[in-house]
Formats: sequence, structure tokens, C-alpha cells
Amino acid sequence: MSILILAIPLFMFLLLGLTGMKMSHKLAGTLGCLGMGTTLVLAYTVAFTYFFSGGADFINAAGERLQSILWNVTWLQFTDKLVIRLGFLLDPISAMMLVVITTISFMVHLYSMGYMRDHHGVFERGFQRFYAFLSLFSFSMLGLVVATNIFQMYIFWELVGASSFLLIGFYYTKPSAVLASKKAFIVTRFADLGFLIGILVLSYYTGTFNFTELTSAPVDGLANVFQVSETTAAGVKSIFANSAAPLFMGASVMTWALVLIFMGGMGKSAMMPLHIWLPDAMEGPTPVSALIHAATMVVAGVYLVARLFPLYLMEIRSLEIVTVVGAVTALYAAIVACTQVDIKRVLAFSTISQIAFMMVSLGVARPEFHHGIGYMAGMFHLFTHAMFKALLFLCAGALIHAIGSNDYTDMHGLRKYMPITHITFLIGCLAIAGIIPFAGFFSKDEILTACFGNSALWYVWMSAVAGLTAFYMFRLYYLIFWWKEHKVHEGHHAPHDQPWTMTLPLVILAAISCVAGFVPFGNLVTWNGHPMFDHVSFFTNLEHLDWTVAAVSLAVAIIAIVIATVMYRKENPLPAKFRNAMPALWTWAYHRFYFDELYMFITKNIIFDKICKPIAWFDRHIIDGTMDMFAKVTQRLSVSIRGLQSGSVQTYVWVYLVGALVMASIVWLCLL
Amino acid sequence: MDYSQFLVMYQEIGLLVLILLVFLFDTFSSKEAPRGLSMFTVVLFGLLTLAGFVTPCCKEVASAFGGMYVTSPTMVAIKNVLNIGVFIVLIQAKGWAHSEFMRVRRGEFYELLLITLFGMYLMISARHFLLFIIGLETASLPLAALVAFDKNRYESHEAAVKYMLTAVFSSAIFMMGLSFVYALAGTLYFSDIAASVIDGGAMLIVAVAFVIAGMGFKLSLVPFHLWTADVYQGAPTSITSYLSVISKGAAAFAFFVIMVQVFGPFYNQIWEWMLYALIILTITVGNLFALRQKNLKRFLAFSSISQAGYIMLGVIAGSAQGLGSLIYYILVYIFSNLAAFGVIQSIESKTGRVDMDSYNNLYSTNPKLAFTMMLAMFSLAGIPPFAGFFSKFFIFSTAVASGSVALYILVLIALINTIISLYYYLLVVKAMFINNQEDCVIAPFKSSVSDRLGMWICVAGIILAGIVSCIYNGIVNTSVHNPEYIFTIFAN
Repeated sequence: MSILILAIPLFMFLLLGLTGMKMSHKLAGTLGCLGMGTTLVLAYTVAFTYFFSGGADFINAAGERLQSILWNVTWLQFTDKLVIRLGFLLDPISAMMLVVITTISFMVHLYSMGYMRDHHGVFERGFQRFYAFLSLFSFSMLGLVVATNIFQMYIFWELVGASSFLLIGFYYTKPSAVLASKKAFIVTRFADLGFLIGILVLSYYTGTFNFTELTSAPVDGLANVFQVSETTAAGVKSIFANSAAPLFMGASVMTWALVLIFMGGMGKSAMMPLHIWLPDAMEGPTPVSALIHAATMVVAGVYLVARLFPLYLMEIRSLEIVTVVGAVTALYAAIVACTQVDIKRVLAFSTISQIAFMMVSLGVARPEFHHGIGYMAGMFHLFTHAMFKALLFLCAGALIHAIGSNDYTDMHGLRKYMPITHITFLIGCLAIAGIIPFAGFFSKDEILTACFGNSALWYVWMSAVAGLTAFYMFRLYYLIFWWKEHKVHEGHHAPHDQPWTMTLPLVILAAISCVAGFVPFGNLVTWNGHPMFDHVSFFTNLEHLDWTVAAVSLAVAIIAIVIATVMYRKENPLPAKFRNAMPALWTWAYHRFYFDELYMFITKNIIFDKICKPIAWFDRHIIDGTMDMFAKVTQRLSVSIRGLQSGSVQTYVWVYLVGALVMASIVWLCLL
Repeated sequence: MDYSQFLVMYQEIGLLVLILLVFLFDTFSSKEAPRGLSMFTVVLFGLLTLAGFVTPCCKEVASAFGGMYVTSPTMVAIKNVLNIGVFIVLIQAKGWAHSEFMRVRRGEFYELLLITLFGMYLMISARHFLLFIIGLETASLPLAALVAFDKNRYESHEAAVKYMLTAVFSSAIFMMGLSFVYALAGTLYFSDIAASVIDGGAMLIVAVAFVIAGMGFKLSLVPFHLWTADVYQGAPTSITSYLSVISKGAAAFAFFVIMVQVFGPFYNQIWEWMLYALIILTITVGNLFALRQKNLKRFLAFSSISQAGYIMLGVIAGSAQGLGSLIYYILVYIFSNLAAFGVIQSIESKTGRVDMDSYNNLYSTNPKLAFTMMLAMFSLAGIPPFAGFFSKFFIFSTAVASGSVALYILVLIALINTIISLYYYLLVVKAMFINNQEDCVIAPFKSSVSDRLGMWICVAGIILAGIVSCIYNGIVNTSVHNPEYIFTIFAN
């Protein structure tokens, strides 16, 4: 059954991609939705079986969840060790990701049926292509999370990159979309270079690609206790000890490998300084932004770190790098988000900031503090964030669809016109701001607890970012739905809620955002598979709250919301005053601290002009010249031996005989 | 005599029965409704091909007739591979066999073709030179008749005469080599020769050279290749495609067995260097000639010469992996080359054009044919992820597996030649997709069902044979796990 989870989306991609143009738009869309719906059911079944069936492959007698390989096919075998396999690994995080990906993907499939039309209900050009790419993406993402080895992960990692490229550039007649897709592809590819080198270094020294061997000590057969604290760590360390991993530039090879692998994660998860592609990626259709650039693909970096977490834990220095990168990114993105006008860009920066939260959470996770709560919190936040951020993006899509513009300056005061969108958006904002009892509260609170356990610095820092989060989200909320009365232009319809295909996903995701916080995650996903609580009920998460941390974070969030309310609820000059008070900071934040300009400078003025141009000259004149010469020589030779093929059969036989005799005599002479 | 040993050669017997059935059908069916024959043959042969896969074949080496005939999973594998190729050829030839000209000759075409296949089976399984010669001649002589099949065309009989004369000459040389071998060893059993010849001096060298020359004719290795281009160009296209893949594939396998099993002890001393020189010559000369060809059939003739050079890398590797890679290479080569020939044949039968200039801008009129041709060219050139890349990759890697520096250099030369070959293969692609003309001289047309079926099989093979790794692994496993009949050169 598990193979169908991958096979159905792949089949849908092939079907829609090859024959899509011959079928009607509606049929293509329906087929896409049906395919994804089936995948959803299958993925849920697999995930629920994993978590709740209590099968011996999934959970051991001590209640620890195990890594279980459902199937593993040898694809290419070069040597005994260098084997590339494709398989299906089921463990808490991959099971959780199956649920997240299929849920969001199905919502997006459904939503796009309404979204990918114009105002007269006519389907957009390339609608079938859109669904084909969505299926390709779902396939790749599912393949990524269930990868049994790091090489398989890398293959699917590149596939999600490619499908993201295709979807960002979906409107390929629009130059900005083409530029954005190229940018996303090049930046993430650049990061993947590090990832690949990291994989090679890691597998060279460990002699394996397999996650189960990398991150755990095997216990009879396929079943593994995938993280048994010290003993496992000792086991994996001994692998490195055996191959005598040398030091390189002051750090162990393993640290280098992990940092390089993390570089790949930074690219995909848009961590600073490789974040520049994500805001531009908003050029893609909004459902794509919701699926790929908010909920699933961008958290692949987090997933990667979580997957290799036991290795990172062995090299604390690499985890510290993860923490610092995450914390800096979180603050940076939150500040930028406070100044953007385009609502999708605000959400994009918010995504960057929230993913950074997850990274920090993994970075500060230590087994000795609360059973490694940071790991669980990061995964929990990944789960809740996927739900409410997808919700916010889909709401943004509904708004953009109704208004025809991405800027809040064209919206204002929409609450009366689009009530469903308004309420669901508000729920999303409350969830991301971390207001009890919405989903974000619980996960963010646990992240802050983990930070608290690590160091005061990160706790204060991340709390401040959480406050900023509440502020910019409510700024956005008020500017879209309040601020002033909406002006309906002459000859235009008043904006209104969208058809059911678009509102239903909003309602479902809003409902999930309300209750997802109560999922007893500590019993499902932990760093060593060991459950955190002895018994669970609906209120487990509430009972185990660290109330001091929770109270502080709630207070911070509420203060931030109050400030946002004062500043943006009604049209007033306060925002302008603030802006004028700190013009430099505002301008820098508005221009995203000039990162794009910096990159432009480096690539264009330094790399292209100073380095590439001389190389290009060398290439054109010296290398091409040499090659042309070779080609000419080859042509000459070809012309000069044409006499051999005379067409006369006597010559043929003559050459034949002479050839055989010459061959014999040369060997004979050599042997003399 | 134990008649049960006939059962060992169940594939040969199946083929013989098939030939008889075709003959009977041809004799007794009405000439007025003649279309049934090709369908009958194709279906029967398809069944035979399938049977080759599903029969619970011998899991180990089995021999019959005092060891003259041997079969093993590897040999079943190569025969199956050839069967797939012949099946595709038969499908693709259907259109030609249905032409008015072929109306009364259809039967001969199928019978002769299948008899040559029978000869190839014997070549593959023979472990005694007497049986081998019978197989070789059975595989050669009917081909001359087939080449001359299009008897209203002057080129066709010219080609047949050239083929005939060269074939006779090469057989003579081959048998002269064999007589030297017999003089040295006093036996014609493969294994006995290897055991009894200690050091033959000049006589052995000449014998080896003559045997290589005789097989080099069938494989069209340079300098024994000169007949190839003329014959490929003159023969009916179906026959050309048969010659270029099936005949070559069977000969390559037989060549491996002879060289390794009979002359294995003299690998380092004698024939490694002979073959070394032949491979370099074959690949390079084939490439250099292919560069400037305008006629596509002639072009593919030279391309197949250089491909034969690559196949020989499996022989010079001399190991079980080498044999596995060789069979795999033949399989992939069958798909790629038959895809190309399928397109050529389909266009030739509709428009009569085989020159490359007519293919300019083919994409605009016949996109699917252009696409198939592109895949075939990519696979022949060895561009990943198509099967041709994998077959080249594996055969190169087995060639260097022994670690000898000379073989590394050989593979390097082969690699350089791959780059040259890329140029001419892409010329075809360029003509079809990039060369702009007002409009293509080949009008849009719909290929017949059988042509399309043949091309679909080839395209599926080109795409899948590489990435579905179990195909390669399966083939190599059969040859690695049954090495009894291979004299392992690198045993020590």
C-alpha cells in the first residue's frame, strides 16, 4: 500500500503531463483532486497505523517508537558499499510529514479548482499543466520524506527543487515570474552543492548512505531503536573513529560534513543569507506559495536537520551554527515583514521567520533538558505552522483573487465584504501570534521553553521575535480588513467571498488551526522515540505547560497585538510618525536590508565582470580555437581515409588479408 | 544414445518447429489472402520469445552430444535478447512484407531470416568448432540471399555479391586458422584446445589472427569491415537492421566465448594486443567515416562499426562481468538501433528518402518520428539517462576493472571517440529539430500500426533498460554465477 503513496502522484503527473492537453480543464482538475484524495487516504492510513496500531515493527515493548523500513529496493549497485536504494522509511517524523504534505496538497488541489480561473469562471491557460506539476511536486516531496537513505533524499530534494522551479515560473510569459523561478533554482542549487559535498564526505567516512545506519545502532534486522541516547551515539561515533576522520581547518570532518549538509537545508528553507529567493518566489500562483513556499518544501531543511539530528547532536558545534543562523534569520525576517506592502511578501517573510523558529528549536534541543523538548517542539511547530500558514496563504489568494492586486493599499476594510475570509484569516493570525488555545500557542510555547532551557539569550531573543510576529501579523490583518472603508471602483463588483472550492479549504484549515495544538505531540514525535508523557488526554498539552514561559509569551503577544490595534485599526497618522522617527531603519527594512542588491553586486560586478569575462575570453579564443582545430583535423582525417572505402570488392578482400597478416606479424615480432 | 539430451536444446527445437510451421503455412495458405502469414509469424515468434523467459530453464550448465553443444542461463539470456531483437525486426518488416513486390516472396523472407537465427543459436551454444562452423555458415549464407531480396534494385544484388564474396573469403581464412589450431591441438573441442596447446609460436599467432579476422568479418571490425557500408546501403532496410543488430550480437557473444575459452591462456601473450589495436581502429575509423555520411543507412553502417568496437571492450575485459556487460550492451544496442531503423524504414516506405537532408525540419511534420529518432540518437551516443549511457558506462567500467593501465588508456580513447560520435549523432537531431527550411520535404503521414508498435517497444526499451536496474543486475548475475564454462583469464 505504501508504494501507492508515491505511485499515484507520479502516475497523475505522467497522465496529466502527457495527455492533459487532450482532456478538458475540468476533467484534469477533477482527476488531480481524486488522485491526491486517494493519496491522502492512503497516507493517513499508513500514518495512523504507524502511530496507533502498536505493531511490533512500529513500537517496542518499552513504548519507544521505532524506525521501520517498509520496503527498500536496490536501484544501482556499484560496489558492496556504494549502493543506491529507493525505499520507504517510516518513523515519527516521516509519518507526520505524510499527513502534513497530503493534507495541504489536497487542500491546494481543491482550492486551485476555484483559484485558477478568471472572474468569469474560465479556466486559466495551462490549467492541466498546473495540476501535472502539482502532482509532480507532491510525488517528489513524499519521496523526500520517506527516503531511507541520504542519496534518495538528495534525488527527491532536487526533484522538489525542479518542480518548485516549474511552478514559480508557471506564468512563463511574465518576465518577473521567469526571473523569480531562475533565482529560486540557482540559489537553491548553489546551496545543494554544499549538500552534495556534505553527503559525499559523510558517506565516505561512514561507508553508508542509510539513515538507519547513520543515526542508530541496528537492533535485530530492520527494526531499530532509532535514537538510544548514549549507546547509539557511541556506536555512530565509533564508525567515525574507525575511519580515523581527520581534522580539516580546525574542525572535525564530521562537523564539516554536517555544516555542508545544513547549507543545503539553508537554501531550501530560506535561511539567511540564502533566503533571497523565497520572497521572489511569490510570483507563482498563490496556491503554490501555500503548498511549496509555506507548508512543505521550505521546511525540508528543518526536516533534514531533524532526520540527521543524532549526528548533529554528536557535534554540538554544528548545532550551535544551526541555532545562530536560525535566530538571526528569525529576527531579520520579522523586522522586514513589518514594512512590506505586498501581502504575499509579508507572509513570505513571516514564513522565513517561522522556519527559523523551527531551526532554533532544533538547534537548542539537548537530550538532558526535558527529554530533548526542542526537537519535539520544532517538529510540532512544523506541523502547526504548515496548517495555519497554508491557511493564511490561501486567504491571501482569496483576497488577491477578489481584488486583483497583491497590495494591502488596494484592500482596506474588507471585513464586511468577505466575512469567511475575514474570520479564517483572523484565526490564522491568532494562531501564528501564539494566542491560547490556537495551534501556534502550544508549539511556540514549547520552542520558547526549549530556548529557556538552553540559554537566557536565545529565550529573550526568540520571545522578542515572537512579539514582532504578533505585531506584523495583526498589522497586516488590520490593514486588510479595517483601516478604512473599502472603496468600490465605479463599474466594478463589490468584492465577495469565493466559491466553495476555495472557501472549504479555508474553513477546514481554520478548524485544524484551532485544535491542532491539543495533539499530544510529545507522545508521538520525540528525538529518541521515547514518549514524554505517561498517559494522554485531550488536555495533555495544557497540563504540561511551563506556565511561567507561557504567561510571558502570552503577555508579549497580547501587548504586540494591542500596539498593532492602536496603530492600524483606524486610519491615523501614527504609522507615518513611527516611520519618520526611524527613517534609516524603515528604509533598510523596506528594502530587505539590501540583500538583493548585495548579491547583484557580487554576482554582476565581481563574478561576472571581473572573473567570468576573462574566462569567457579564454574560452572563446583559446579553448574553442583548440577544439576547432581538433574538429578540423578530424574532418581532414576523415576525408583523407575515404579512399579505403573504394567500392571494389577486390580491395576489400585485399585489405582484409593484409590486416590479418599484419596483425599476426606484429605480434610475432613483438614476441621474438 | 540418450535422446533426452535433445531437451537441452529446447530453444533451437522450438525455433525449428516454428520455421516448419511457417513453411507449412506459407505452402498451404491461399495466395489470394496472403496477409495472414506475417501475422502468423509475428505472433508465433512473440510466443517463442515469451517462452524463452518463462521456461524453467536449466539453472546450471547442461551439455549434449558429447559436449559439442552447451547451454546455460547466460546463453539462454543472450538468446532471449536476440529473440527480442528479431521480434522487433519482424514487426517492423511487416509493412515491407506486405508490399506488392513481396507478395509471392513473403514466405522465403521469413524462412530465411529465421534459419539464420537458428544458425546463430548454434554459434552461441557450440563448444566444438565443427558445430560452430555449421552455425556460422547457416547464419551467413541465407543472409546473402536476403540482402539480394530486392532484386529489382541494382544496389541490392551488388550488395549481395559483395557480401557473398567477402563472406566466402572470410570463412576460408577462418577455417584456415582452425586448421592450424587443429594441427597444434589435435582436437576441435573448445576446452580441450585450451588445455592441450602450450605454446604454438608463429603458427598459433597466425591461427589466432585468422580466427579473429573470421569473426571480425561478422562483427565488422576494422579492417575486416569494408563490406559493411555497401551491404547496409544496398540491402532492404529490414535486412540491414537485422544485420546490424542480431547478426552482430550473436557474433559478439560467440567471439567472447571463443577468445576466452579457447585462447584464454594466451590473453596477455597474443590476443589482448591484437584486439586492443582492432578496437582502437574500429571505433576511430567507424567514427571518422560516419562523420561525413549523408545517406542515413550508410551513416548507421559506420555507426554500427564503431559500436562494435565498444562491444569488443567487453571481450577484452575477459571476465564474467565483461560478458554480462556485453549482453546488456547488445540489448540496449538492439533497442536504440532498431528505433533508428524503424524511423528510417517508415519514412523510406512512405517517401523513398534516406538522405539526411530530407530530414531537415522533420519535427514540424512528423514530431513523433523525430522524437523517436532523437531518443535513438541520444541512446547511441550515450547521453544519460537513456539506456545507451548505462550500457557504455558498464562496459567501460568492466574494461578497466582489471586495473591494467593499458586498458585505462583504451577506455580513454573510447571516451574521446564517444565525443566525436556525439557530433554526428547530434547532426541528425539538429537536422530534424533545428535546421529551418520553408517546409520539410517529408509530408506528415501516419505510420502503420506495426511500425508504431515496433517503435514503441524500442522507445520503452531506451527509456527503461537503463533506469530499471534489475535488468542489468539480472544479466550480470547469470554470467557471474555461472562461470564454469568461462576460462577465467584473471583467475589469479
